[in-house]
Amino acid sequence: MWEVIKMDHSETVLKARQFMERVMEQMMLVNKFEEQVFALFAQGKVHGTTHLGIGEEATGVGSVFALEEQDYIFATHRGHGQVISKGAPIKNVMAEILAKQAGANHGRGGSMHIADVGVNALCIDGVLGQNCPIACGVGLSFKMKKQDDRIVAVFFGDGSMNQGAVHEAMNLAAVWSLPVLFICVNNTYGMSTPLHKVAADTDLTKRGYPFGIRSVQVDGNDVLSVYQTVREAREYIIKEGKPAFVVENTYRTSGHSKSDANQYRTKEEIAEWKAKSPIVRFRKVMLENGFTEAEADAIDERTTKAIEEAAAYAESCPEAAATPEQIEAEAYA
Amino acid sequence: MREITYAEAVREAMSEEMRRDETVFFMGEDIGVYNGAFGVSKGMIQEFGEERVRETPISETGFMGAGVGAAMMGMRPIVELMFSDFMAVCYDQIINEAAKQRFMLGGAVKVPMVIRTASGGGTGAAAQHSQSLEQMYCHVPGLKVVIPSTPYDAKGLLKSAIRDDNCVIFLEQKLLYRTKGMVPDEDYTIPLGKADVKREGHDLSIITYGRTVQMSLAVADRLAKEGHEIEVVDIRTLSPLDKNAIIASVKKTGKAVVVHEAVEFGGFGGEIVSTIADSEAFYRLDAPIKRVGALFSPIPFNPILEKMVLPGEERIEKAVRGII
Repeated sequence: MWEVIKMDHSETVLKARQFMERVMEQMMLVNKFEEQVFALFAQGKVHGTTHLGIGEEATGVGSVFALEEQDYIFATHRGHGQVISKGAPIKNVMAEILAKQAGANHGRGGSMHIADVGVNALCIDGVLGQNCPIACGVGLSFKMKKQDDRIVAVFFGDGSMNQGAVHEAMNLAAVWSLPVLFICVNNTYGMSTPLHKVAADTDLTKRGYPFGIRSVQVDGNDVLSVYQTVREAREYIIKEGKPAFVVENTYRTSGHSKSDANQYRTKEEIAEWKAKSPIVRFRKVMLENGFTEAEADAIDERTTKAIEEAAAYAESCPEAAATPEQIEAEAYA
Repeated sequence: MREITYAEAVREAMSEEMRRDETVFFMGEDIGVYNGAFGVSKGMIQEFGEERVRETPISETGFMGAGVGAAMMGMRPIVELMFSDFMAVCYDQIINEAAKQRFMLGGAVKVPMVIRTASGGGTGAAAQHSQSLEQMYCHVPGLKVVIPSTPYDAKGLLKSAIRDDNCVIFLEQKLLYRTKGMVPDEDYTIPLGKADVKREGHDLSIITYGRTVQMSLAVADRLAKEGHEIEVVDIRTLSPLDKNAIIASVKKTGKAVVVHEAVEFGGFGGEIVSTIADSEAFYRLDAPIKRVGALFSPIPFNPILEKMVLPGEERIEKAVRGII
């Protein structure tokens, strides 16, 4: 897919101009997608709930871009960005959030369960951490079918890090030598709960140590570092046939869900993180590496347009539909 | 035809399917050289190796989830849960994951997985290793639930379950493992969702499944000597339920006793009673429908108390005599 970028070598970065543009474009798409969903929510057009990942764009984009097409992912409940970065068409994902028949899951899943098996993005799980054992099964299938060119990456949050299922999965992946990449998106709060209130040791990489899993952490607001780290982890998994663990430290500037009144943090804290958001930071990197303001603005404009088109398409689609007989049959193959 | 045990029938079904289809594999705790807690998998690790007879850590959530993931990728895992009570440990993977993946994804995936587990009491294993929890799975759309009562049914139904493209909960009652029955030499399957009339009669229908089928047949034999012809309907598959077979039997006999080993209150028997009451069989009823199940109590350790809590032939006979 993409050439690995050496962060300490500006010349290489320059060579990867096209790559940088693509990364920025994807982060902006993800960001604007979330902003658009928020706007549709405010207009009362989104049924149910949704979890936005504004401020976390570098984790989904940087990680998924480091994977190969044949790799699989399990996104989090805050996973719109992870799934569309894997290649799920934004119009289908938007249509799913609007509960339309044309949606990625035909309106059966919604924001919390978006999937696109066509691009190997399996179901987003609404029960935190439970996607990790399932990812082990996907990795096991690769091993049993001798498909040694692929891995499965499973995303979960700092809150899910305390789930037993995650630890059982880590042990299983380690003892069975499965090609599973565990990615913890540590966005500072589990809903409203700061990590230090629920973890005596907030260095989450240590959770991988007892299982003998190679564990590293990375500045999750630095998209190129995320990319580089996940790329290396992927290479390690393929070469060694063992799982790996990456903790991506970031911050969610949007609320947990529509019910979030931000009682657990200050406006100043949010403003501080907005100023160091992955997009703000990466724009600076681009400008330092030969991009003009006009070029950066052009990415902004075309992604805005793409999202607007996706939203207009989604709104125009008919509602999901089924007869009672059809819906009763749908849970079965 | 030859006579084999229920446990051997289960093993034959698994082994034959693993020989037939390389995507079928088996995982669970101590299923290798130990042969599983009930000896079901004797010889399988020697034949199929550690890759396909995969022993797991004691991590029910972990390996149940691995079954779900492997199934979504086109494998056909048979996951053994040592005791059905342990389903409570991995309830999420069964209820929220296995049962819902296909639906939530709008039909984009299948979960062809069998969860085999030893259920029921009568073994002195006390409250956490003796329950009959089948009704908890019947309530969840997306799952199928099977409880065979004979070696013949166990083999034919398990083969169908393995070939089915959905998650099938396959409950094997511990006290049935050593029971014997005639099983054909050649390959055969029994379709899921089809009840079997184990004994024909026209005076009263006992609708039941699993271990209480054998008890009901014994009661029917005794009452036959007094001139009562009892029909015993073994529903075999609880979900999907063969409602037509139940309705047809009760229409014929006009009387019904519903029997299972699980706790009577809130048990699957209530669904069977509703099936009768909500059908044209209602108009043929000559007596109230009676239910026989376990007392509303955890399974006690003491053998006398355990026997008291679980239904037996005496209670079935009493219920039958009450309305015949």
